[in-house]
Amino acid sequence: MIKIANAQLWVHDQDEALAFYTQKLGMEVQVDATLPEMGDFRWLTVAPAGQPDVAIVLMAIPGPPVMDAETAEQVRTLVAKGFAGTVFLTTDDCQASYEELRSRGVEFTEAPEDRPYGIDSGFRDPSGNSIRLTQVRELSPA
Amino acid sequence: MAFAPPARHLLRAKDLADARYFDALTVTDLARAAGLSQAHFSREFRRAFGETPHAYLLTRRLERAAALLRNTDRSVLEICLAVGLQSVGSFTTTFTRVYGMSPTAYRATFPPAAQHALVPACVIRAYGRPQHRTFREDSVPAGT
Repeated sequence: MIKIANAQLWVHDQDEALAFYTQKLGMEVQVDATLPEMGDFRWLTVAPAGQPDVAIVLMAIPGPPVMDAETAEQVRTLVAKGFAGTVFLTTDDCQASYEELRSRGVEFTEAPEDRPYGIDSGFRDPSGNSIRLTQVRELSPA
Repeated sequence: MAFAPPARHLLRAKDLADARYFDALTVTDLARAAGLSQAHFSREFRRAFGETPHAYLLTRRLERAAALLRNTDRSVLEICLAVGLQSVGSFTTTFTRVYGMSPTAYRATFPPAAQHALVPACVIRAYGRPQHRTFREDSVPAGT
Protein backbone atom coordinates (compact mmCIF):
# COMPACT_ATOMS: atom_id res chain seq x y z
CA MET A 1 0.00 0.00 0.00
CA ILE A 2 1.37 3.40 -1.00
CA LYS A 3 0.69 6.34 1.32
CA ILE A 4 1.71 9.98 1.44
CA ALA A 5 4.43 10.56 4.04
CA ASN A 6 6.03 13.95 3.35
CA ALA A 7 5.60 16.66 0.77
CA GLN A 8 8.20 19.39 0.42
CA LEU A 9 7.96 23.17 0.23
CA TRP A 10 10.75 25.59 -0.62
CA VAL A 11 11.08 28.33 1.99
CA HIS A 12 13.22 31.44 2.04
CA ASP A 13 14.16 31.11 5.70
CA GLN A 14 13.71 27.94 7.75
CA ASP A 15 13.53 29.71 11.12
CA GLU A 16 10.89 32.10 9.86
CA ALA A 17 8.94 29.21 8.32
CA LEU A 18 9.27 27.14 11.49
CA ALA A 19 7.87 29.98 13.62
CA PHE A 20 4.98 30.44 11.18
CA TYR A 21 3.99 26.77 10.88
CA THR A 22 4.26 26.09 14.62
CA GLN A 23 3.34 29.33 16.41
CA LYS A 24 0.79 30.63 13.92
CA LEU A 25 -0.65 27.46 12.34
CA GLY A 26 -0.27 25.34 15.46
CA MET A 27 1.64 22.50 13.80
CA GLU A 28 4.27 20.45 15.61
CA VAL A 29 7.89 19.84 14.72
CA GLN A 30 8.41 16.23 13.68
CA VAL A 31 12.10 16.30 12.80
CA ASP A 32 14.62 19.11 13.10
CA ALA A 33 18.00 17.60 12.27
CA THR A 34 21.11 19.49 11.20
CA LEU A 35 23.88 17.42 9.62
CA PRO A 36 27.33 19.03 9.98
CA GLU A 37 28.88 16.42 7.68
CA MET A 38 26.55 17.61 4.90
CA GLY A 39 27.33 21.29 5.08
CA ASP A 40 24.86 21.84 7.93
CA PHE A 41 21.95 20.63 5.83
CA ARG A 42 18.82 20.96 7.95
CA TRP A 43 15.98 18.46 7.54
CA LEU A 44 12.99 20.22 9.07
CA THR A 45 9.48 18.75 9.03
CA VAL A 46 6.23 19.92 10.61
CA ALA A 47 2.87 18.20 10.89
CA PRO A 48 -0.57 19.01 12.22
CA ALA A 49 -1.03 18.00 15.87
CA GLY A 50 -2.80 14.65 15.81
CA GLN A 51 -1.70 13.71 12.30
CA PRO A 52 1.81 12.32 12.81
CA ASP A 53 1.96 10.21 9.64
CA VAL A 54 1.98 13.14 7.19
CA ALA A 55 4.45 16.02 7.28
CA ILE A 56 5.53 19.07 5.32
CA VAL A 57 9.27 19.35 4.71
CA LEU A 58 10.35 22.99 5.05
CA MET A 59 13.33 22.96 2.73
CA ALA A 60 15.84 25.78 2.38
CA ILE A 61 16.72 26.65 -1.21
CA PRO A 62 20.25 25.27 -1.56
CA GLY A 63 23.27 26.80 -3.23
CA PRO A 64 25.94 25.09 -5.34
CA PRO A 65 26.73 22.27 -5.88
CA VAL A 66 23.15 21.11 -5.21
CA MET A 67 21.61 23.97 -7.12
CA ASP A 68 23.55 26.39 -9.23
CA ALA A 69 23.22 30.04 -8.26
CA GLU A 70 21.05 30.95 -11.22
CA THR A 71 18.58 28.10 -10.61
CA ALA A 72 18.45 28.93 -6.89
CA GLU A 73 17.58 32.51 -7.75
CA GLN A 74 14.84 31.32 -10.12
CA VAL A 75 13.35 29.08 -7.42
CA ARG A 76 13.53 31.89 -4.84
CA THR A 77 11.72 34.19 -7.23
CA LEU A 78 9.08 31.60 -8.19
CA VAL A 79 8.30 31.02 -4.52
CA ALA A 80 8.10 34.77 -3.93
CA LYS A 81 5.75 35.13 -6.91
CA GLY A 82 3.46 32.51 -5.40
CA PHE A 83 3.87 29.97 -8.20
CA ALA A 84 5.76 27.22 -6.38
CA GLY A 85 2.73 25.21 -5.29
CA THR A 86 -0.16 24.99 -2.87
CA VAL A 87 -0.84 23.07 0.32
CA PHE A 88 -4.48 22.10 0.88
CA LEU A 89 -5.44 21.88 4.56
CA THR A 90 -8.83 20.82 5.90
CA THR A 91 -10.63 21.78 9.08
CA ASP A 92 -13.87 20.79 10.83
CA ASP A 93 -14.86 24.45 11.21
CA CYS A 94 -13.44 26.90 8.68
CA GLN A 95 -14.84 30.03 10.34
CA ALA A 96 -13.49 29.08 13.77
CA SER A 97 -10.05 28.16 12.35
CA TYR A 98 -10.00 31.40 10.36
CA GLU A 99 -10.66 33.46 13.48
CA GLU A 100 -8.13 31.51 15.53
CA LEU A 101 -5.38 31.87 12.92
CA ARG A 102 -6.16 35.52 12.33
CA SER A 103 -5.89 36.22 16.05
CA ARG A 104 -2.36 34.77 15.82
CA GLY A 105 -1.47 37.12 12.99
CA VAL A 106 -2.05 35.01 9.86
CA GLU A 107 -2.96 37.33 6.99
CA PHE A 108 -5.66 35.71 4.90
CA THR A 109 -5.89 36.44 1.20
CA GLU A 110 -9.40 34.98 1.14
CA ALA A 111 -11.84 34.92 4.05
CA PRO A 112 -14.04 31.80 4.36
CA GLU A 113 -16.61 31.59 1.58
CA ASP A 114 -19.22 29.03 0.75
CA ARG A 115 -18.37 26.90 -2.29
CA PRO A 116 -20.08 23.90 -3.84
CA TYR A 117 -17.48 21.59 -2.24
CA GLY A 118 -17.41 23.28 1.17
CA ILE A 119 -16.27 26.43 2.95
CA ASP A 120 -12.94 27.59 1.60
CA SER A 121 -10.35 30.20 2.61
CA GLY A 122 -6.73 30.94 1.77
CA PHE A 123 -3.55 32.54 3.00
CA ARG A 124 0.20 32.46 2.32
CA ASP A 125 3.20 31.43 4.33
CA PRO A 126 5.96 34.03 4.80
CA SER A 127 7.80 32.82 1.69
CA GLY A 128 4.74 33.18 -0.56
CA ASN A 129 3.54 29.56 -0.72
CA SER A 130 -0.23 29.35 -1.11
CA ILE A 131 -2.16 27.52 1.61
CA ARG A 132 -5.86 26.69 1.38
CA LEU A 133 -7.95 25.97 4.45
CA THR A 134 -11.17 24.17 3.61
CA GLN A 135 -14.08 22.71 5.50
CA VAL A 136 -14.99 19.98 3.05
CA ARG A 137 -18.68 19.32 2.55
CA GLU A 138 -19.82 15.74 2.99
CA LEU A 139 -20.85 14.53 -0.45
CA SER A 140 -24.11 12.66 -0.56
CA PRO A 141 -23.73 9.40 -2.50
CA ALA A 142 -24.81 9.85 -6.09
CA MET B 1 12.03 39.82 9.28
CA ALA B 2 13.96 37.37 7.19
CA PHE B 3 15.25 38.13 3.72
CA ALA B 4 12.50 38.20 1.10
CA PRO B 5 13.05 38.52 -2.64
CA PRO B 6 11.56 41.71 -4.13
CA ALA B 7 8.86 39.65 -5.88
CA ARG B 8 7.40 38.76 -2.47
CA HIS B 9 6.27 42.39 -2.08
CA LEU B 10 4.75 42.37 -5.56
CA LEU B 11 2.84 39.22 -4.62
CA ARG B 12 1.33 41.12 -1.68
CA ALA B 13 -0.07 43.64 -4.15
CA LYS B 14 -1.39 40.85 -6.39
CA ASP B 15 -3.00 39.17 -3.38
CA LEU B 16 -4.61 42.49 -2.45
CA ALA B 17 -6.16 42.73 -5.93
CA ASP B 18 -7.50 39.18 -5.54
CA ALA B 19 -8.80 39.79 -2.02
CA ARG B 20 -10.34 43.25 -2.36
CA TYR B 21 -11.25 43.66 -6.05
CA PHE B 22 -14.83 44.51 -4.96
CA ASP B 23 -13.68 47.69 -3.21
CA ALA B 24 -12.80 50.93 -4.99
CA LEU B 25 -9.23 49.64 -5.20
CA THR B 26 -6.74 51.45 -7.46
CA VAL B 27 -3.21 50.80 -8.68
CA THR B 28 -2.10 53.35 -6.07
CA ASP B 29 -3.45 51.07 -3.33
CA LEU B 30 -1.64 48.10 -4.87
CA ALA B 31 1.63 50.07 -5.06
CA ARG B 32 1.25 50.96 -1.38
CA ALA B 33 0.77 47.27 -0.49
CA ALA B 34 4.07 46.53 -2.23
CA GLY B 35 5.76 49.50 -0.56
CA LEU B 36 6.83 51.01 -3.89
CA SER B 37 6.24 54.25 -5.76
CA GLN B 38 3.53 53.85 -8.37
CA ALA B 39 5.69 54.17 -11.48
CA HIS B 40 8.34 51.80 -10.11
CA PHE B 41 5.65 49.40 -8.91
CA SER B 42 3.89 49.18 -12.27
CA ARG B 43 7.18 48.48 -14.03
CA GLU B 44 8.27 45.83 -11.54
CA PHE B 45 4.86 44.18 -11.43
CA ARG B 46 4.85 43.87 -15.19
CA ARG B 47 8.35 42.45 -15.17
CA ALA B 48 7.37 39.83 -12.57
CA PHE B 49 3.93 38.82 -13.81
CA GLY B 50 3.90 39.81 -17.48
CA GLU B 51 1.06 42.32 -17.33
CA THR B 52 0.44 45.69 -15.74
CA PRO B 53 -1.24 45.90 -12.33
CA HIS B 54 -4.04 47.84 -14.03
CA ALA B 55 -4.66 44.95 -16.42
CA TYR B 56 -4.43 42.40 -13.62
CA LEU B 57 -6.97 44.20 -11.42
CA LEU B 58 -9.33 44.75 -14.34
CA THR B 59 -9.23 41.13 -15.54
CA ARG B 60 -9.67 39.91 -11.94
CA ARG B 61 -12.85 42.02 -11.77
CA LEU B 62 -14.02 40.69 -15.14
CA GLU B 63 -13.32 37.10 -14.08
CA ARG B 64 -15.40 37.60 -10.93
CA ALA B 65 -18.15 39.28 -12.97
CA ALA B 66 -18.18 36.34 -15.40
CA ALA B 67 -18.47 33.92 -12.46
CA LEU B 68 -21.41 35.91 -11.06
CA LEU B 69 -23.06 35.92 -14.49
CA ARG B 70 -22.70 32.13 -14.68
CA ASN B 71 -23.63 31.32 -11.09
CA THR B 72 -26.20 33.90 -10.00
CA ASP B 73 -29.26 35.68 -11.38
CA ARG B 74 -28.10 39.13 -10.23
CA SER B 75 -28.51 41.98 -12.73
CA VAL B 76 -25.63 43.26 -14.86
CA LEU B 77 -25.65 46.55 -12.91
CA GLU B 78 -25.50 44.74 -9.57
CA ILE B 79 -22.65 42.56 -10.79
CA CYS B 80 -20.75 45.57 -12.14
CA LEU B 81 -20.93 47.26 -8.73
CA ALA B 82 -20.22 43.97 -6.91
CA VAL B 83 -16.83 43.64 -8.60
CA GLY B 84 -15.73 47.18 -7.76
CA LEU B 85 -16.52 48.87 -11.08
CA GLN B 86 -18.51 52.11 -11.08
CA SER B 87 -19.85 52.55 -14.63
CA VAL B 88 -22.10 49.89 -16.11
CA GLY B 89 -21.52 51.41 -19.57
CA SER B 90 -17.77 50.94 -19.53
CA PHE B 91 -18.16 47.57 -17.76
CA THR B 92 -20.35 46.30 -20.61
CA THR B 93 -17.96 47.69 -23.25
CA THR B 94 -14.88 46.18 -21.62
CA PHE B 95 -16.57 42.86 -20.89
CA THR B 96 -17.75 42.58 -24.49
CA ARG B 97 -14.28 43.31 -25.83
CA VAL B 98 -12.56 40.78 -23.59
CA TYR B 99 -15.12 37.95 -23.77
CA GLY B 100 -16.29 38.62 -27.32
CA MET B 101 -19.94 38.94 -26.27
CA SER B 102 -22.08 41.09 -24.00
CA PRO B 103 -22.59 40.13 -20.33
CA THR B 104 -26.18 39.09 -21.11
CA ALA B 105 -25.13 36.93 -24.05
CA TYR B 106 -22.34 35.41 -21.95
CA ARG B 107 -24.82 34.46 -19.25
CA ALA B 108 -27.04 32.74 -21.81
CA THR B 109 -24.07 30.81 -23.24
CA PHE B 110 -22.74 29.42 -19.96
CA PRO B 111 -25.42 28.04 -17.70
CA PRO B 112 -24.13 26.89 -14.29
CA ALA B 113 -21.98 23.83 -14.88
CA ALA B 114 -22.23 21.11 -12.28
CA GLN B 115 -18.91 19.57 -13.30
CA HIS B 116 -17.10 22.73 -12.16
CA ALA B 117 -18.57 22.46 -8.70
CA LEU B 118 -15.83 20.37 -7.12
CA VAL B 119 -12.85 22.25 -8.51
CA PRO B 120 -11.28 24.50 -5.82
CA ALA B 121 -12.18 28.18 -6.02
CA CYS B 122 -8.51 29.19 -6.24
CA VAL B 123 -8.19 27.12 -9.43
CA ILE B 124 -11.35 28.65 -10.95
CA ARG B 125 -10.02 32.13 -10.21
CA ALA B 126 -6.61 31.47 -11.67
CA TYR B 127 -7.75 29.66 -14.81
CA GLY B 128 -10.94 31.68 -15.41
CA ARG B 129 -9.25 35.07 -15.57
CA PRO B 130 -9.35 36.37 -19.12
CA GLN B 131 -6.42 37.61 -21.15
CA HIS B 132 -6.55 41.39 -21.24
CA ARG B 133 -7.14 43.05 -24.61
CA THR B 134 -6.85 46.78 -25.03
CA PHE B 135 -8.40 49.05 -27.56
CA ARG B 136 -7.54 52.70 -27.64
CA GLU B 137 -10.67 53.78 -25.74
CA ASP B 138 -9.36 52.52 -22.45
CA SER B 139 -5.68 53.11 -23.01
CA VAL B 140 -4.27 54.60 -19.87
CA PRO B 141 -1.27 56.82 -19.20
CA ALA B 142 1.95 54.94 -18.52
CA GLY B 143 2.41 53.95 -14.93
CA THR B 144 -1.24 53.52 -14.00
